[in-house]
Amino acid sequence: MAERRSPAAAYAGRFEAASRGEALRLAELPFLTQINVRVDPSSPAAGDLGDALGVPLPVEPNTAVRAGSGADEVTVAWLGPDEWLVVAPEGYRLELLRKARGDRHGSIVDVSAQRTTLLVTGPRARDLLAHGCALDLHPGVFGPGACAQTTLARAQVVLIPREDGFLVLVRSSFAAYLAEWLLDAAAEYVA
Amino acid sequence: MLLIPCPWCGPREEAEFHYGGQAHVAYPEDPAALSDEEWARYLFFRDNPKGVFAERWSHSAGCRRWFNALRDTATNRIHGVYRVGEPRPVAS
Amino acid sequence: MRRDDGGRIDRSRVLRFRFDGQEYTGHPGDTLASALLANSVRRVATSVRLGRPRGVFAAGGEEPNAVVQIEEPFPEPMLPATTVELYDGLVASSLAGQGRLAAGPDPARYDAVHAHCDVLVVGAGPAGLAAARAAAATGARVILADDQPEPGGSLLGTRDEVDGVPGADWAAATAAHLEERPEVRVLRRTTVFGYYDDNYLVAVERRTNHLGAAAPAHMARERIWRIRARRVVLATGAHERPIAFAGNDLPGVMLAGAARTYATRYGVLPGRRAVVFAANDGAYAAALDLADAGLDVAAVVDPRPAPGELWAARLRERGVELLSGHVVTAARGDGQVSSVEVSPVSSVSSGGVSSIDADLLLVSGGWNPVVHLYSQSGGTLRHDEAIGTLVPDASTQAVEAAGAARGVFALPGCLADGTGAGARAASASAPARPVDVPRAEEPPEAAPLAYWLVPAADYAGHFVDLQRDVTVADVRRATGAGLRSVEHVKRYTTAGTAHDQGKTSGLLTSAVVAHALGVPVAELGTTTFRAPYQPVSFAALAGRDRGALHDPVRVTALHEWHVANGALFENVGQWKRPWYYPRPGEDMEAAVLRECAAAREGVAAMDASTLGKIDVIGPDAGEFLDRLYTNLMSSLKVGSIRYGVMCRPDGMVFDDGTVIRVADDHFLVTTTTGNAAAVLDWMEEWLQTEWPWLRVHLTSVTEQWATVALVGPGSREVLAGLAPGLAVGVDDFPFMTWREAEVAGVPARVCRISFSGELAFEINVTSWDGLRLWTAIMDTGLVTPYGTGTMHVLRAEKGYPIVGQDTDGTVTPHDLGMSWVVSKKKPDFVGKRSFSRADTMRADRKQLVGLLPEDPDVLLPEGTHLVATGTLPEPPVPMLGHVTSSYRSAALGRTFALALVRGGQGRHGERLYAPVGDALVPVTVTSHVLYDPEGARRDG
Repeated sequence: MAERRSPAAAYAGRFEAASRGEALRLAELPFLTQINVRVDPSSPAAGDLGDALGVPLPVEPNTAVRAGSGADEVTVAWLGPDEWLVVAPEGYRLELLRKARGDRHGSIVDVSAQRTTLLVTGPRARDLLAHGCALDLHPGVFGPGACAQTTLARAQVVLIPREDGFLVLVRSSFAAYLAEWLLDAAAEYVA
Repeated sequence: MLLIPCPWCGPREEAEFHYGGQAHVAYPEDPAALSDEEWARYLFFRDNPKGVFAERWSHSAGCRRWFNALRDTATNRIHGVYRVGEPRPVAS
Repeated sequence: MRRDDGGRIDRSRVLRFRFDGQEYTGHPGDTLASALLANSVRRVATSVRLGRPRGVFAAGGEEPNAVVQIEEPFPEPMLPATTVELYDGLVASSLAGQGRLAAGPDPARYDAVHAHCDVLVVGAGPAGLAAARAAAATGARVILADDQPEPGGSLLGTRDEVDGVPGADWAAATAAHLEERPEVRVLRRTTVFGYYDDNYLVAVERRTNHLGAAAPAHMARERIWRIRARRVVLATGAHERPIAFAGNDLPGVMLAGAARTYATRYGVLPGRRAVVFAANDGAYAAALDLADAGLDVAAVVDPRPAPGELWAARLRERGVELLSGHVVTAARGDGQVSSVEVSPVSSVSSGGVSSIDADLLLVSGGWNPVVHLYSQSGGTLRHDEAIGTLVPDASTQAVEAAGAARGVFALPGCLADGTGAGARAASASAPARPVDVPRAEEPPEAAPLAYWLVPAADYAGHFVDLQRDVTVADVRRATGAGLRSVEHVKRYTTAGTAHDQGKTSGLLTSAVVAHALGVPVAELGTTTFRAPYQPVSFAALAGRDRGALHDPVRVTALHEWHVANGALFENVGQWKRPWYYPRPGEDMEAAVLRECAAAREGVAAMDASTLGKIDVIGPDAGEFLDRLYTNLMSSLKVGSIRYGVMCRPDGMVFDDGTVIRVADDHFLVTTTTGNAAAVLDWMEEWLQTEWPWLRVHLTSVTEQWATVALVGPGSREVLAGLAPGLAVGVDDFPFMTWREAEVAGVPARVCRISFSGELAFEINVTSWDGLRLWTAIMDTGLVTPYGTGTMHVLRAEKGYPIVGQDTDGTVTPHDLGMSWVVSKKKPDFVGKRSFSRADTMRADRKQLVGLLPEDPDVLLPEGTHLVATGTLPEPPVPMLGHVTSSYRSAALGRTFALALVRGGQGRHGERLYAPVGDALVPVTVTSHVLYDPEGARRDG
């Protein structure tokens, strides 16, 4: 029986090869739990969801919060005024959020396989993404705590900056395209 | 490349948005009560001014919110944006 | 001729190159133009229309003559030799106005990068460097872009000093200081060529061109910079302008500033004996520098009656004759300048001509600020009488021009102007910090004269646009024909429309038009400049968006299997969908017939993952869908599935698909592959703008799920084997219901729906598990994979339309024979009102029908028109409709088609004709449902 397969699995070797130098590290973080949360941020349900996540849903546009550790570590990214993306380790219990919502209005949708997560880190990570991202990625403008839904090359992505680089969340069907694009753009930095 | 200020996400490149035509053209309360001509007016007739125009945009590659913008069709200057349900501001 | 010393070239290294088949040498620091002049090559081009010899005219990107073809290392057409840095192994040839594209693919890499800054300074001449220096001092984020390999601009071509050191040294030191700052970026070899809305500027950086064959392959050859700047300082300098006189196109006629640059920057004397013809002081400085560099300057000819006394004295010191109140009436020579005719201004028309032997005639009609980017930004220009040219006027964006770009030509003025502009630009982003202005010597100045045209009886040899071979006579023919607008004259004569876009000729053309019309130049109005400022290669503009990365290729979780198993692919939007899986020796027709037969007689499977999928969740989800679909969705039971159609308000079909009810407050909607994003946008639009009170949330889950359609009379048995826990019998699992089950050990949602009319199941698993499921299905050995080719035939045999193929935005559900999908009970839904419009109720609307060609082997091309008669009447021929889908059917044993035909539902049994080539093919109209109209096969 074949194993389950992540969208950028075929690129693991080339990502590794591109990560050998000092400049960049490229990798897929496969099979993370991703949950799309829709709820009125002013509703009691939103508060209960924050309690379940261990951190209030961020209401400031283009921000993300991190909380917890280990199996409970979550990143909650603002996607819209009533929409968030929860990124958590594999095995994170979606049911906790369903339970917190109860039968109140809101939606908790498992989108773990909808997008995959690419890790782009290293001293040239910003330069690499700047080849295809129109946002100002300057650390003073778009550093840890920020997030954005935008386009990278010709694919829509969710960008979440970290201390040493970025999480790039991309729709699964675009993962191969974006992997090829990243590897092509990285050629100058890893040669 | 225009920079369009999404009322939620702030200024983003035009390519992240979809255009939605003239704003404030509400779906008729009771379409069945309209004459063919009145219904055709809703379907097919829109303003096309030179100057400030209230139009709808969707931040489709971002927060997916629809909003309204006052754009000068002659200069592309955006005089203001406002969320759905907010009143149209006075153009500066 | 190369000077023995001087210039910014490295004489210790020799570069070999070929031009027009001849071997030459040059040095690092040379351009192709300076190297050719150093080798005394006078003729570098042949004019496009008249075939006249042409020589190097300028020293920068404004060059109109020396536009060459690079042959090696990679062919590139139409490059000004003045902008081609010399490298070892360069092979180039002269052109006659037209280049040749490379025949082979370009092996180089190209890319693009986005950049953001507080202040963008364009141009690293004295004003630009001063501006960048002042802006950077505040800590602002600064980008300084310059098209040359080293900063300095005009300072590289003069002997002026700044802060007590040679200008070029000051420039290098200033740029080095700037580069030490973390928030400053200095871009060399970078031409800003476009200025767009919201201070968005686009530049091209030439990164490896100057390395020739030694260019590293992993580096992008050219890079497009997409710069968003809070404020912009345009320090783009000025172009010297020519004067029109007889023979002003001969090799040896050159702009005075260009000759000074060749001597100073490149250590090249472009001739032996020169006459300078100028009406401004700048040319005096050029004449003196050239005389000091060893050029024999015979005379300065100046139409002004009394140029400044200081200049006159300096000329006298060097033994250069000053002919004030004189003009050059003609350059003479066979193929190049050998003598210059001079006349007093007072007697130009009555003779009084004297001749001076010279092989170089250096011209300066004054200087034009480079206002292209300013104009592109939306800024207006005005005519400045004092300097006889266009200067920036009112801006519409956060931009200002500084230095020569706004008509401040003297060095101290440029430095002060740039410093002020840089500080102002940064003040929007950072607290101001006072910066001292770099010092330079103030030259003596007399008022320049805007001098354009030497009067003559015959203007056939007075060239206005060297690149288009347009003469004053041509322009006067245009005005003589009644043209009054410069824009019209340009179109009539083609002046200003060549590769150089009239950088040297534009204002001269205006002046000649004004002269011909007897009006002041200012009265003719100003020109609007458009991007690009310089030609930019398509390869650079494309960047890495070419080849496999040209457009995103979207693939499903099963894609690797399809590739490994020989599928050919069809593009559906950005998706690659398996089209068919040919076996050895099969063509498409054979493969599709085999796959169709498997689906109708055995069992077959298709990857259906590309269908759009949207979770619709909330207490009002049913009502929301009732408003958007033409049929009722709120009555759907949990566990059931319904087919639905969405229309636009005009009643025309927009999309279709199935809706499954997952829970009371949860529906899952599928959309057509190509429409997934549009449907989600559409749903959000209604939800957010019209019905915000509806408690509904929409989430795209298209790629969360991989979907496999398992089709055919044997599909139940295969599914039963893979999902032992699932009751698959017809009573346990009826049509249009769904079940949760483990299939091949993977949690799945199985739907009993069919797009073929056969017994079929659609199995949905997470996309991570898609390949496991598919492999397990194929490992049974019972299932034939099929692609979209077969899917199209199967559905068409059943008369199922494909939105976008059988519809085109003018088709209602009724036109498709689907009145049953339009609710008569619902008070309203999007599109309902339009179904009672007179137009949608016409009996002669185009309606979906089936077509059977009378010859069962004839396959009608899709798009074929349909007419009523077997011989064509005189045009206009009444058109009855067209073929939307056409296939060979294994099940029917013949060809068939679907078509939209005027009043088609009333024409069943009628014979129509399809013009195919020269033949009129007879066809019979039938119902659009051709296979199993009773639906007997649905339950297996």
